Amino acid sequence: MEAFTTHTGVGVPLRRSNVDTDQIIPAVYLKRVTKTGFDDGLFHAWRTNDPDFVLNQPAYSSGSVLVAGADFGTGSSREHAVWALRDYGFAAVLSPRFADIFRGNAGKQGLVAAQLSQDDIEQIWKILEENPGTEITVDLAERQVHAGEAGAVFRFDIDDYTRWRLMEGLDDIGLTLRHEEDITAFEARRPSWMPKTLPARIAEG
Amino acid sequence: MASTLAEKVWADHVVRRGENGEPDLLYIDLQLLHEVTSPQAFDGLRQEGRTPRRLDQQLATEDHNTPTIDIDKPIADITSRTQIDTLRRNAEEFGVRIHSLGDKDQGIVHVVGPQLGLTMPGITVVCGDSHTSTHGAFGALAFGIGTSEVEHVLATQTLPLKPFKTMAITVNGSLKPGVTAKDIILAVIAKIGTGGGAGYVLEYRGEAIRELSMEGRMTICNMSIEAGARAGMIAPDETTFDYVKGRPHAPQGADWDEAVEYWRSLRTDEDATFDTEVVIEADELEPFVTWGTNPGQGLPLSAAVPAPEDFTDDTSKVAAENALRYMDLVPGTPLKDIRVDTVFMGSCTNGRIEDLRAFAETIRGRTKHPEVRVMVVPGSARVRLQAEQEGLDQEFLAFGAEWRQAGCSMCLGMNPDQLKPGERAASTSNRNFEGRQGKGGRTHLVSPVVAAATAVRGTLSSPSDLDGTAAPAAAPAA
Repeated sequence: MEAFTTHTGVGVPLRRSNVDTDQIIPAVYLKRVTKTGFDDGLFHAWRTNDPDFVLNQPAYSSGSVLVAGADFGTGSSREHAVWALRDYGFAAVLSPRFADIFRGNAGKQGLVAAQLSQDDIEQIWKILEENPGTEITVDLAERQVHAGEAGAVFRFDIDDYTRWRLMEGLDDIGLTLRHEEDITAFEARRPSWMPKTLPARIAEG
Repeated sequence: MASTLAEKVWADHVVRRGENGEPDLLYIDLQLLHEVTSPQAFDGLRQEGRTPRRLDQQLATEDHNTPTIDIDKPIADITSRTQIDTLRRNAEEFGVRIHSLGDKDQGIVHVVGPQLGLTMPGITVVCGDSHTSTHGAFGALAFGIGTSEVEHVLATQTLPLKPFKTMAITVNGSLKPGVTAKDIILAVIAKIGTGGGAGYVLEYRGEAIRELSMEGRMTICNMSIEAGARAGMIAPDETTFDYVKGRPHAPQGADWDEAVEYWRSLRTDEDATFDTEVVIEADELEPFVTWGTNPGQGLPLSAAVPAPEDFTDDTSKVAAENALRYMDLVPGTPLKDIRVDTVFMGSCTNGRIEDLRAFAETIRGRTKHPEVRVMVVPGSARVRLQAEQEGLDQEFLAFGAEWRQAGCSMCLGMNPDQLKPGERAASTSNRNFEGRQGKGGRTHLVSPVVAAATAVRGTLSSPSDLDGTAAPAAAPAA
């Protein structure tokens, strides 16, 4: 995972709440067995059927900072939603509230999920819509978003540990395996009747 | 210190407490795998030269992509077949137990785990599937994870996690006839909203919850994610122990006694506090149905389609406008006047034997509406066999329904069972998102008995609307 400190790119105002992961990428795109190349599925229904959809407007189509309404990423646990956003070119998503699993998945894949107040999101939407194509900067070190020529600054929330991992570009599994002895010690304490899938037992008949 | 159920299970699984803002490292007792969210995880292991740490704590099955007819033939959709083949190859290469299509223990991952007795009180369960919350019905801490985390669990059998907040959802009193577990959870989601549970583990408690069977409890915990919660839990009791006992992987002999003794300790202490509490009166609940495009947009079936102006905040107004447009509904229309094209009976929410029995009981002695297509899809191959032993399949077929093989089926558009653009369904599944059941398809979430009454009348209906439409049949044979 690449280390993330700041990112500047065109802001995309997505004026919708409850953007669920079925909208971010429909299930039909989940049949692939690869981890890249999901950009064609991103917001597929809206990009296909709605000429006014924000990413169909030339000023926003090369955007890399998505500014969305509350409850972004609800529904299915599909990490493909994060892969699709990343493959399209998004480096950060700003929203008043994220679904828990989506936020976790984003953190694992280097996509910044920055939480701002609803009021701040509304202000950023205005700035972006007044001048389509406006660039905004996401500064992870300072936890700030800079938007527009007037230099408006907004503070965002992201948990300390995720921020640190993103800034260091660290692999989670490697970090956990530093504590392998603790895992082994824990396993030695587990009761013998805890579920075991092997050897397999099945019902008669 | 007094603790909630969720806090107790969490504390019993901490491998290492996080320091200085680090997350805790939590031990995972059981990981369930399916074809959609695992290929990239196994690939990651291969790339790094890692192997699964505990093969005896993994179980794979095939469910999302699998067709529900002609299962003895090769899967026609090449990408679906590739994904299934990839899971089979990975299972073989790494040594993971798998129940493939055609196997008696194949089925939806959240039906198979409990059925085999692998889901037990007090354990941690994960799966690359948000409906893993289902297993919380046993008093397990069970939650959906992304593919990176699936790989993490394969490699380490742990996950780094920040503790969740706790929310009590107390359902007092008893349900009226015709009102079910599904109606409780749809009412809960409508009350707290699709983001209301974000960051929380929900604990369902109260008389109405205690009175539910394990399968009803699974229906409720299953949809916790639809309120934004990572997990939902119900304290284990005699109902739970009776359900687990004797299943293939349940503890036996002295192990059973030891396990039950521990399980009895898994309840929220009297003086423990929750971060948030919600109270619902069961006797005020009616059959519930969704009218919009997220599971929080629901109302009692006796209500009418709302207007955007009925909502006070701008966000909900806009969401309602978008939903009404997509659903092609006019405000003020009684929900019971809404015609459907399809009734889908199945999924990890309502695809268990009791759900099929409830559906069968409601249609018994009645005729299907001629213009409605009815699909009945068991949640697992074992559920199918059980239903056939009880003769339910013959009732479904005589009614004019399709009786299918086990799988996720029409809950999501990944297999051939899909709505066509513009088609409308009453569905016992869990999500009414735009296009969820097929591109352009429209979904109303309902309970099994509402699905059955709707199949008879052709419009969204509750069982009480059927009075007088046909002579009630004789009592069920079994």
